Amino acid sequence: MEQTNSSFKQEKTQTKDWAYTLHHATRATHEDWLGRSISYTCIGIIILVVASMLWFITSKGIATFTQNHVNVWQFLSGTNWAPDQGKIGALPMIVGSFAVTFAAALVATPFAIGTAIFMTEIAPKRGRKFLQPVIELLVGIPSVVYGFIGLAVVVPFMRHLVGGSGFGIISATFVLFVMVLPTITTMTVDSLRAVPRFYKEASLALGATRWQTVSRVILRAATPGILTAIIFGMARAFGEALAVQMVIGNAAIMPKNLVSPAATLTSQLTTGIGDTIDGTLPNNALWSLALILLLMSLFFNALVRVIAKRGQLSHER
Amino acid sequence: MNAKRKDLLATIIIDVIVATVVGILAFLLAYILISGLPHVSWLFLTGSADSFSGAGGIGIQLFNSFYLLILTMLISIPISLGAGIYLAEYAKDNWRTRLIRSAIEVLSSLPSVVVGLFGFLLFVVKFKIGFSVISGAIALTFFNLPLLTRNIEESLSAVSRSQREAGLSLGLSKWKTEIGIILPVALPGIVTGIVLSAGRVFGEAAVLIYTAGQSAPVTNFSDWNPMDAASPLNPFRPAETLAVHIWKVNTEGLATNAAQLSAAASAVLIIAVLLFNLFARVLGNYLYRRVTASK
Amino acid sequence: MLKNYSFEKTAVQTFDEHTTLAMKTENMQVFYGSNHAMHDASLAFPKNQITALIGASGSGKSTYLRSLNRMNDTIATVTGKIWYHGVDINQPNVNIYEIRRHIGMVFQRPNPFAKSIRENIIYALRATGVKNKKVLDERVEQSLQGAALWDEVKDSLDKSALALSGGQQQRLCIARSLAMSPDVLLLDEPCSALDPISTVKVEETLLELQKKYTIIIVTHNMQQAARISSQCAFFHLGHVMEYSPTTTMFSTPQIQVTQDYVSGSFG
Repeated sequence: MEQTNSSFKQEKTQTKDWAYTLHHATRATHEDWLGRSISYTCIGIIILVVASMLWFITSKGIATFTQNHVNVWQFLSGTNWAPDQGKIGALPMIVGSFAVTFAAALVATPFAIGTAIFMTEIAPKRGRKFLQPVIELLVGIPSVVYGFIGLAVVVPFMRHLVGGSGFGIISATFVLFVMVLPTITTMTVDSLRAVPRFYKEASLALGATRWQTVSRVILRAATPGILTAIIFGMARAFGEALAVQMVIGNAAIMPKNLVSPAATLTSQLTTGIGDTIDGTLPNNALWSLALILLLMSLFFNALVRVIAKRGQLSHER
Repeated sequence: MNAKRKDLLATIIIDVIVATVVGILAFLLAYILISGLPHVSWLFLTGSADSFSGAGGIGIQLFNSFYLLILTMLISIPISLGAGIYLAEYAKDNWRTRLIRSAIEVLSSLPSVVVGLFGFLLFVVKFKIGFSVISGAIALTFFNLPLLTRNIEESLSAVSRSQREAGLSLGLSKWKTEIGIILPVALPGIVTGIVLSAGRVFGEAAVLIYTAGQSAPVTNFSDWNPMDAASPLNPFRPAETLAVHIWKVNTEGLATNAAQLSAAASAVLIIAVLLFNLFARVLGNYLYRRVTASK
Repeated sequence: MLKNYSFEKTAVQTFDEHTTLAMKTENMQVFYGSNHAMHDASLAFPKNQITALIGASGSGKSTYLRSLNRMNDTIATVTGKIWYHGVDINQPNVNIYEIRRHIGMVFQRPNPFAKSIRENIIYALRATGVKNKKVLDERVEQSLQGAALWDEVKDSLDKSALALSGGQQQRLCIARSLAMSPDVLLLDEPCSALDPISTVKVEETLLELQKKYTIIIVTHNMQQAARISSQCAFFHLGHVMEYSPTTTMFSTPQIQVTQDYVSGSFG
């Protein structure tokens, strides 16, 4: 005790020079400088990654047009994809990508909304306890597993049903439907849960049935959120590579029907990029496909923002 | 049709929809486990693959998956921690922060095949590192960073402001407050996020096919010197992971029993992901109880 | 009905050179963006006394208090001078961490760290470089005794602080501040979240602490101000209206608005 008292006093006498005490840099000052440096560096790394990703893929992607002098319009509207012979019409892949994306979203949306209504309005308890883990599990299944099941189950099934090889847009749609379903469902659930309770209570108090309340009040209030959910689902479908590549048949031709082999931007990239030589036209053409993917991803991103802004405005009003 | 009937009809339709969704998941799990599990044996889990005969196991691929996962986490956790702290603590509400947030969002919404191609371009084409563990791990880091960063930021921001004030009012630096006071409280959420992202990374293939490569050279499991070419730890060797293996076996069509092999490998993959999910829950709850000192 | 009182007529006491002051402010103004939250506050705080800051909610008393140890730095703009040991600590080149070690703060809601009782006390101390276990242990005991918590927790120092009751948690927060050996202690309505019995304990603790520390406490409980403070400052809508010895404030208020407030006409 004696000892601490004296050390205590010593500390007090040392701090007599108040101007110095209150101005000099301490351990905390250095820590803060260090912490600032560390966290700024980390965020800097992420920014650098994003910037260089955008830069590299854009510069690679436009080489087809700047170095190989391919006409952009011909690239986008041409239907003949034979890069070895200098023919690079990307339309088959573009059509393929959009076809599977829209089809998957179209099928998945009613399922997602139905499941979400069940989880939030019909059986919230069972929804949280039982369906939530089911949906989370579906999200967690790796895409190659979806692709494998598509290959092992969906493709043979389609072959039996309509003949042909079984590969094609419809098989890809089916696989993507299951893959985007959990994405759309979870986000729809979130937006339904975000609808203020008194909307629902007011509607029920006025004598509306549950379905009237859900369809006219809750779904309407949650529309921006549901649209966002669908767009996220579409973005996932548009960018999914391996699962689609495994079941679509990978034929870079204009799809004539839904059950003949086709190709998407991602499947063509996956199949082709390893077989081409850097800097050649066939290689550059593939990077142009990647650029389209990148731009579409940015587009989906922007769309989500626009909807979020609109949604905010309508709530404010 | 009156409102009551419509209500009933709608309820029935929704019930059917939910039953279908549950049915799909049940079918998926049942299919994989029933067709896959019988082929999973110790030999399968540890043996090396022979893609020509289709026989053999997934030992190397399994090892590669875990090795890549660990490396990816070692790189991405510190970076996203720093970035998460930046966003939760240092970022002011201005255009620069909004730009940074948009950049992270863009990165998280990029298709994984694009991330993989970027990794391919950077490491394999430009830096000439070749298909390698390290290329794969860094590409996976790019893929993992945005989600992990957002998770960490959210967990940190969820901690009450009064904890920050308590730290600062004692003369602790912002950094010390964040690391020593806020981070431990946010840990349950962060750990759950990390384990869930680990599951995602473990099952990812599109990022890896052109970065870590599609071959698994036979490695010498008695040589643990990372500098040796034959060592499993050598970061510059190609490393086909389990997920990539499933893809490759199915697309190359060389293996005679591709379906059986993939089913078994898928079963292993799914079980691993399930375990990650379960682990995330248990660990998160455990940490939460420790931090809040509730019984 | 709230009357419109003139802000022209104020009664703020000053001290002669025989009174030792712990700190004082000159023309302190606080802005939250364009909102002028504090007008021209010039107050001096005598050493080893309890000064109470009273006023209705929104009167600016907490804003004023939080500016004294620069806790408002990130959310507000504070102008004017804050004198502490001859240094104007409202300058950008001042080491705010050092200021906060010397001018401790206790908040409205108890906010112990999610750590053990012991860790709560020594965490910040260790961060300043104190490593010696004996010194740390002694500081734990001294601080807990200072906050009148030692007898209740001495056998459970390694238990989580979150398991303590609200009143104990608040006294732990006081002990945590004491451990940094500050000389000024700022308390922002420390009893508003506590039950009456815990409140009495905290008040007793504060009365004991003023022997060693200068205490500035925000409260909207006038009885509390009357019970424990020597000086009392009354805030109204961002203005300091009156600053007098506590006995004067509650017996013969100098101006109308104070009179109305202490007699309970509004607040």
